[in-house]
Amino acid sequence: MVLTSSNGTKIAVRGATKIYETKTGGVHALEDFSLDVREGELVCILGPSGCGKTTLLWALSGLHALTRGEISLSGQPVNGPRPAEIGMIFQEANLLPWRNLRQNIEFPFEIKKQPADAAGIEHLVQATGLAGFEGSFPRELSGGMQQRASIVRALAQKPEVLLMDEPFGALDAFTRDEMNLLLLQLWSGSGQTIVFVTHNISEAIFLADRVVVMTPRPGRLARIYDIALPRPRTIEMTFEPDFIELIQDIKRTVETGGHHVVEVE
Amino acid sequence: MADATELRDEIPSFEEQPQHEHGALDWSALTSIRTAKSALEIGTIVLVAAVVFFGLEGILRVTHTAEFVFPRPTSVVKALFVHDFWLLYGHHLWVTLQEFLIGLAIGSTLGLILAAVITQKPFVEKIVAPYIIVLVTTPMLALVPFLRIGVMKSFSIWPIVVAVSLASGPMVLINAATGFRRTDLAKIALARSYGATTFQIFRKIRFPLALPMIIVGYMVGSIFGLLTAVGGEMVSASDQGGLGHQLIFFSSLIRMANVGAVILIIALLGVSIYVTFFLIGKRWASWES
Repeated sequence: MVLTSSNGTKIAVRGATKIYETKTGGVHALEDFSLDVREGELVCILGPSGCGKTTLLWALSGLHALTRGEISLSGQPVNGPRPAEIGMIFQEANLLPWRNLRQNIEFPFEIKKQPADAAGIEHLVQATGLAGFEGSFPRELSGGMQQRASIVRALAQKPEVLLMDEPFGALDAFTRDEMNLLLLQLWSGSGQTIVFVTHNISEAIFLADRVVVMTPRPGRLARIYDIALPRPRTIEMTFEPDFIELIQDIKRTVETGGHHVVEVE
Repeated sequence: MADATELRDEIPSFEEQPQHEHGALDWSALTSIRTAKSALEIGTIVLVAAVVFFGLEGILRVTHTAEFVFPRPTSVVKALFVHDFWLLYGHHLWVTLQEFLIGLAIGSTLGLILAAVITQKPFVEKIVAPYIIVLVTTPMLALVPFLRIGVMKSFSIWPIVVAVSLASGPMVLINAATGFRRTDLAKIALARSYGATTFQIFRKIRFPLALPMIIVGYMVGSIFGLLTAVGGEMVSASDQGGLGHQLIFFSSLIRMANVGAVILIIALLGVSIYVTFFLIGKRWASWES
């Protein structure tokens, strides 16, 4: 199959299938999943736990190989980690507890054997409200601040693509709203492509240009929603009737695996 | 593609965060002793020491106990501060210290390297395990006469150095291996996503993750090493002597105050080793607790 990156497609997933071999047999995590992510787009992958969201993200990042199917990034097949283009943000903050914030932020530079971009880090630290905490260790900071630091760590690499794996799942609702706003603010105008995995419907709608709903076991594409909300987005938008209606619609899709759409018609 | 030993092709699960299993032998209590902080606590500790010291002195004086039966605390202190301190104790402390430090350096380095290697290969680990258990459980000071007369045919400090290595190395090995067996999938994935090599993952993720257990290994290993050095000297000292040799020497002369002084020096040496590693742990592994 020939994969092209024409008409602004940044990431192309074709027939992605992943089967994990376990002691009790194969676990079918992802089944014939295809998706195009456009350059500069923020796509949320939404689904219940065990629907292969994280599997998909790990395949996109090149950390795990697919059983079948292909993934290409900027027209190049993904066969392994692509540190120059991809930045990953993990569940929880995934900071190294033996390093202070600054050392954590500089970690990718060390791995890449590059001098740390002091000005870029300084700008991001200011923008995320972490100024003054550079010398603190992760355990001394709140979950929200740890996750900010992990965002700074990824963004300081100036990645073209940001893969985010339920990054705010462990945070309380208020902090989560705050982090979502911060993410949108950092992303706006950056031209970065973001694939954001979440199981929170409201969060997905609030952030995304498109919400991709997946079904569990095996993880299949249920439906893609285009989100027409204007940008910049505000928390108030989440109280609008349209927004709440969309939450209910997506919730039905998640529960029925997308089949209710057929029934309605 | 992701290295098989680092990111196994399994369902990414973050349920089990860094596994803090300590294996069959859990020595981590050594690093987590509660220490006194307030003036009251420290004052009380000093008071207890004073009560024991002067209480013992009082009892021994009142009962007119002979010095060769039980030396008075003041006699022990007097026996320690003598003008030929170097000849009686200092030189021997230096000999014991050399045996201990060289032995620990060799043994712990080998133990550390072996731990890093065997934990990478489960097959090798299973084959090596029974031999390590034999090494851990055998009192190595029993080997000193054999090493001196049979194997090395030497009156130098080296047979004892070898025994100290054999006593401390396996202790470092089993604890370090426990540390290296800790796997934190998310942290390894993080490093891999930035293109880290296997060596970079070892140096920047696996080693720091194992460091608290490595320090525990050094602590236990050094306690066993000191025991072996002193015990080895008691059994079969080098022509240089050593604190263990002095213990036997003074005992045979029934100079119990001098025996007490040597015991005091050994005790202080043991405590300083413990404190050293405790402070190292506080400085380099305080993130875990």
